[in-house]
Amino acid sequence: MLEIKNLSARIGDKDILRGVTLSVPDGEIHAIMGPNGAGKSTLSYVLSGREGYEVTGGEVIYNGQDILALTPEARAAAGMFLAFQYPVELPGVGNANFLRTALNAVRRARGEAELDAVAFLKLARAALKNLSMQDDMLKRNVNVGFSGGEKKRNEVLQMALLQPGLAILDETDSGLDIDALKIVAEGVNALRSPAFSALVITHYQRLLDYIVPDKVHVLAAGRIVRSGGPELALELEAHGYAGLEVA
Amino acid sequence: MSATVETRDTVETLTADKYKYGFTTDIAMEEFPKGLNEDIVRLISAKKNEPDWLLAWRLKAFALWRKLEEPAWAHITHPPISYDELYYYAAPSGPAPKSLEEVDPALLDMYEKLGIPLNERAALAGVAVDAVFDSVSVATTFRETLAKAGVIFCPISEAVREHPELVRKYLGSVVPIGDNFFAALNAAVFSDGSFVYIPKGVRCPMELSTYFRINARNTGQFERTLIIADEGASVSYLEGCTAPQRDENQLHAAVVELVALDEAKIKYSTVQNWYPGDAEGKGGIYNFVTKRGACRGRNSKISWTQVETGSAITWKYPSCVLQGDGSVGEFYSVALTHNHQQADTGTKMVHIGRNTTSTIISKGISAGHSNNTYRGLVKIMPNASGARNYTQCDSLLIGDQCGAHTVPYIESRNASAKVEHEATTSKIAEDQLFYCRSRGLSEEDAVGLIVNGFCKDVLKELPMEFAVEAQKLLAVSLEGSVG
Ligand SMILES: Nc1ncnc2c1ncn2[C@@H]1O[C@H](COP(=O)(O)OP(=O)(O)OP(=O)(O)O)[C@@H](O)[C@H]1O
Ligand SMILES: [Mg+2]
Repeated sequence: MLEIKNLSARIGDKDILRGVTLSVPDGEIHAIMGPNGAGKSTLSYVLSGREGYEVTGGEVIYNGQDILALTPEARAAAGMFLAFQYPVELPGVGNANFLRTALNAVRRARGEAELDAVAFLKLARAALKNLSMQDDMLKRNVNVGFSGGEKKRNEVLQMALLQPGLAILDETDSGLDIDALKIVAEGVNALRSPAFSALVITHYQRLLDYIVPDKVHVLAAGRIVRSGGPELALELEAHGYAGLEVA
Repeated sequence: MSATVETRDTVETLTADKYKYGFTTDIAMEEFPKGLNEDIVRLISAKKNEPDWLLAWRLKAFALWRKLEEPAWAHITHPPISYDELYYYAAPSGPAPKSLEEVDPALLDMYEKLGIPLNERAALAGVAVDAVFDSVSVATTFRETLAKAGVIFCPISEAVREHPELVRKYLGSVVPIGDNFFAALNAAVFSDGSFVYIPKGVRCPMELSTYFRINARNTGQFERTLIIADEGASVSYLEGCTAPQRDENQLHAAVVELVALDEAKIKYSTVQNWYPGDAEGKGGIYNFVTKRGACRGRNSKISWTQVETGSAITWKYPSCVLQGDGSVGEFYSVALTHNHQQADTGTKMVHIGRNTTSTIISKGISAGHSNNTYRGLVKIMPNASGARNYTQCDSLLIGDQCGAHTVPYIESRNASAKVEHEATTSKIAEDQLFYCRSRGLSEEDAVGLIVNGFCKDVLKELPMEFAVEAQKLLAVSLEGSVG
């Protein structure tokens, strides 16, 4: 269960989040929509503990624990995962090595045994197959020279391997062709369980045809200005955000 | 042999600092009086039962050294080195061991602890080791296996006695005795080192390796390595180095000479991990080393790979003199400096023959208050038509207190030559660190991963086993550099 209470945050002296309140019960998937610049990515970074984002008020409780004091890696160990809107390139770092290092770091933190190269490869190959990704993705350097769609799929691959309890997907659908969109949605749906919840940030109703959310929220100017069921996304698709931001 | 020897490890050094090789070994030692004069040079020569020609060679070097001055052009600073306060010879006392069985168990223990078991059964498969402890070689493994292939791998002091014609022909032929201040000093007082000869057409059946260990206090280490690959021969050679953690600086001034004849190939790899000094810059090795290879033969090739993480000061420029037509020189380097370390390192590629090619890939990583300079010279002589060089120098900065400098010199006297130079300077980006950390990696692991990625093009040139070690070393050497 994720509970965000009256969360405010700024970058430098610019207030971006102005009192976000939202809770995502276990087993639920919530969508966040909202205009460009509303603060959606900022919210995802604040939730994951990125430096440079100063929390000026409010709290975030995940599974009963106040996570705002935790390092990003401790949040990952606690089960949080962020699929980046713009995945980062790591030149010279092999994808397989990166994935295994990450997986073992998280396993270690959770008191599970580390995987050796063979066990890891087996797991990784199976995950790749589920996402219709080529095996050579493991050999390439992390996100270097990946197409936009490949980068997004690589994020979902990491999510599938790390098995988070809470996933935050920041526009993971942007830049995907329709087949890839379905594959990514299946990747998320495959994780659905009473112990998994997700925040899906998107601009398009289309994704929500495949990942059907329990709730849809609209974030505008740093606040949640409306919440509703899946039908809210359809309404936004038809009418846009006009009239919402003033709230 | 010294009868009662105990090895006492100053274990606290292991925990106080990240340098895990900082222990000292208590062993009965024989040292010559401190300071340097002709008598010391004569003593060293006599101790080794050297022939007259070598004594004369040393004395000539000593006379030259007296007239030379420490080079001042490098981007390093240090208090003056008092050459009169140093010891120039230190060796375990007693007669030299004739076989592994005679080597002091305390020494075997020490090498075991450094991860270099000298016992052939326990040794790393396929690697023969010459172990140099302070001023002398204490053991060379797998000599018989190598002898069957005709390969000579032995302490250079022994080669002087057993293979004088080879030593006399090649010693000082690549690095002349008066080449520079530190090379002259080495020629005067070198006490041991490794000698390798690979006969015509022989591919050396094992990796050869020398492990240098400085142990004694206030003692300079001046080893000298000479490797000759005869026509069509090939060899891969690796050196590793560690030293105890001490508050005083210690001097290491080695010379390495490589000779490759027609179609011969020499691959020389270094993992240099001398004690770097503490976080405040106290102590550490002053590493002033002259390494040069001569590609004398047609289509010969010399490849230097170095991973330099240790030493308070690193001053070294492993170079290639490309005399033979079609010869190839390569230099792959990772130099990492942290805390108050200073490195001024690079290479010289001198193109003399026709169609000679050279490649330089240098990766500098600076953290803490350190200074890291790449200094390189690519020189194309008038007859080197068709010569080619490709140079790539990348610097990575961690934090904002450190410095990275790139000083490339290019001198081309042949219009048909092609010289390409690329350089980049970058910082570990905040988004890269955050990306890794959001996946569960600690900040230090994230830095280690990114740095290893940055160095990949160099690390892949190392022999497999050592590449893994080097990767770990890079990560360990950067501990405490972020956050
Ligand atoms: N590092 C930064 N420095 C200054 N302002 C920033 C910084 N990062 C984001 N902002 C500003 O914060 C606001 C919110 O940005 P954010 O990226 O969270 O929006 P978003 O809702 O994710 O938008 P989009 O739909 O375009 O992805 C924007 O006005 C943006 O310009
Ligand atoms: Mg965004």
